[in-house]
Amino acid sequence: MSAWSFFFEVLVAGLAAGIMYSLVAIGFVLIYKTSGVLNFAQGAMLLFAALTFVSLHERGMPFLYALAITFLVMVILGIAIEKFVLRPMINQPPITLFMVTLGLSYIIEGSAELIWGTQVHGLDLGIQDEPMQIAGVLVSQFDLFCAAVAAVMVAALTILFRYTRIGLSFRAAAEDQYAALNIGLRLPFIWAAVWATAGIVALVAGLLWGARTGVQFSLSLVVLKSLPVLVLGGFDSIAGAIIGGLIIGATENLAQVYLGPYIGDGIDSWIAYVVALGFLLVRPSGLFGQKLVERV
Amino acid sequence: MVPIAKRLAALARSTALVAGFALAAAIPMVSAQAAQPEQYFPLQSYRVGPYAAGGTGFFGGFIDYMNLINLRDGGVNGVKLTWDECETQYIVERGVECYQRQKTHVPGPSAWNPLSVGIAYAMIDGVTADKVPLITIDHGRTDSTDGAVFPYVFPLLMNPYSESSGIINFIGSRLGGDAKLAGKSIVVLYHGSPYGRETVPIYKLLAAKYGFTVKQIEVPAPGTEQESEWLTIRRTNPNYVVLRGWGVMNPVALKTAQKVGFPADHIIGNVWSNSEEDVIPAGGAAKGYIALTTQATGTTYPVVQDIERLVYGAGKGNLADKARIGSVYHNLGIVNGILNVEAIRIAQAKFGDRTLTGDEVRWGFEHLQLDPARVKALGAEGLFHSINVTCSNHEGDGYVTFQQWDGAKWVRISDWIAPDWTLLRPIIETSANKYAKEHSITPRDCAKETVAAN
Repeated sequence: MSAWSFFFEVLVAGLAAGIMYSLVAIGFVLIYKTSGVLNFAQGAMLLFAALTFVSLHERGMPFLYALAITFLVMVILGIAIEKFVLRPMINQPPITLFMVTLGLSYIIEGSAELIWGTQVHGLDLGIQDEPMQIAGVLVSQFDLFCAAVAAVMVAALTILFRYTRIGLSFRAAAEDQYAALNIGLRLPFIWAAVWATAGIVALVAGLLWGARTGVQFSLSLVVLKSLPVLVLGGFDSIAGAIIGGLIIGATENLAQVYLGPYIGDGIDSWIAYVVALGFLLVRPSGLFGQKLVERV
Repeated sequence: MVPIAKRLAALARSTALVAGFALAAAIPMVSAQAAQPEQYFPLQSYRVGPYAAGGTGFFGGFIDYMNLINLRDGGVNGVKLTWDECETQYIVERGVECYQRQKTHVPGPSAWNPLSVGIAYAMIDGVTADKVPLITIDHGRTDSTDGAVFPYVFPLLMNPYSESSGIINFIGSRLGGDAKLAGKSIVVLYHGSPYGRETVPIYKLLAAKYGFTVKQIEVPAPGTEQESEWLTIRRTNPNYVVLRGWGVMNPVALKTAQKVGFPADHIIGNVWSNSEEDVIPAGGAAKGYIALTTQATGTTYPVVQDIERLVYGAGKGNLADKARIGSVYHNLGIVNGILNVEAIRIAQAKFGDRTLTGDEVRWGFEHLQLDPARVKALGAEGLFHSINVTCSNHEGDGYVTFQQWDGAKWVRISDWIAPDWTLLRPIIETSANKYAKEHSITPRDCAKETVAAN
């Protein structure tokens, strides 16, 4: 294998890994964009969705039924979180809301284990994860499928935000909550809709991550992989989540392969944060994040 | 929903247990003379969190075996086995908290069995001061094999160096003999933790001895992404990959190996990469994968069948899902139970059929010699091979075997294999002596103690 074809394989694998990070990051962006809350419970929601789906399916429920019911469960969960947890916390400082979502993540994880147990499950989506050669570079069919899913999700969310009435409401609420209230928008409804959408994004990400790693408690830890993506891409940009994911994924892989032998193995666990910190210093709002301009 | 009901019932039982202890403390000396003597085991278990699948299986098997002894035999020579659980979530700080809480139990602990390298490391000084044995079956510090320096630590059946040696011996046998290892290439993919790094020096030594090249690659914990590591492996193109994983790292390794086209039957898993929980999530990618074990899987062994019939038949089984009886972690828990109970029995023969102190139980562990005939008498023939613990050898020369995942179950594919103990012993002693110097420990004279005992 030539050095260049190996380089491209490492790069492509990194980009594919980055897409997986982006799928998680998009859930964060949705909530942050509309309510300014950094939802640390996104990973737990992802675990809950995947565990619910696989547990229903293993009990004999057909794939599509299990998917539909899980979809419904995640919508209800999103609405319930908004109604019973976040609505009473309106006007609280961001750090308080962050701590609330941190607590929420533990409650969701615990509930998932209480309801569905602690066993590890396999999840087969029917997509092969075997290698194939494209232009001499090894590519996984499953990675291509994930990329397609991410593209569809970004397109759907873009259409939702730009061309629908509810999407317009999302943007209005994100722009200025008080102004949105003044023109008669029902913020609780908007937030409930956003949380429900984040629940659906968690379901999609949970199924894809679950198919790759198995459905198990560690799924909730994938949020740690998406944090540098958010810092890099911006907390309120869906496009930023995708681009950030691609950069982080590629950097991790290239650094591990080419710098690892000199610096030491395992650098892919922290190199992403080095890149994110570097960006923070130069561009605090991330690549695509909205710059905050305040009148003083 | 039945599982929820079971879990809530378990929660209620735990609460009742705690309430029971509180009540017992509040009402002193309730018919003390009439009570059956007990031998208490503190269990630092983990039934929630990322490693719950392993914890429920192992501690489930251990408790099932103790229940079997109580139900079938009325205890060990009339001494009832008791235990309580403290949830650690596999977190060291919580494990230490549990240790502080449970060590005050009356009667005192017989032995500690945390099944966690981190928790075990944190307890070594404490248990040595308390004079209570610490059991680290199949794991722990390799140099704690030397009982002269570590009198209270017992890495029973297999320490990490023996494991590495057993794996290399197996690969040698697959190649047609140890001589064929020369010139071959082996990659060790290890978990980025003290547990994972424990064997880095021994693989270098084994490579030098047998003439193969070894490349050791660390996977950052927890191991949910391994693209770069497996691409490096693909470029290296080794003859075999040794997988020294834990938790989610294992199925991800198998899936990523498939993704880069590396054959599963050339990946050899270590003892913490050998369970159903490691292969089922990997689906078809795990078919053909081989892993080391110190105990066989399945329910064909009389002791496992007794547990199924008597313990689960009486509704006292610990596993929520009966289908897990005979699984890797469950059977490891049963073997751990056998070793703990037999240590008690051996110590009773010297000290009497009564509640023993931790130090007396330690003596039992240090004389834990179960030959294949005794293993058979215990209903465990084929479940594990044998053990021969002495003052200087706290591992007990356990044998290993290898199993292959056929897509639905593990199938044993090797005989019991002996690690290269003579090669390992000097390294263990060197490391133990270094530890003794650093901690101002005067090693025991095991030869003298053995002569005195005889």
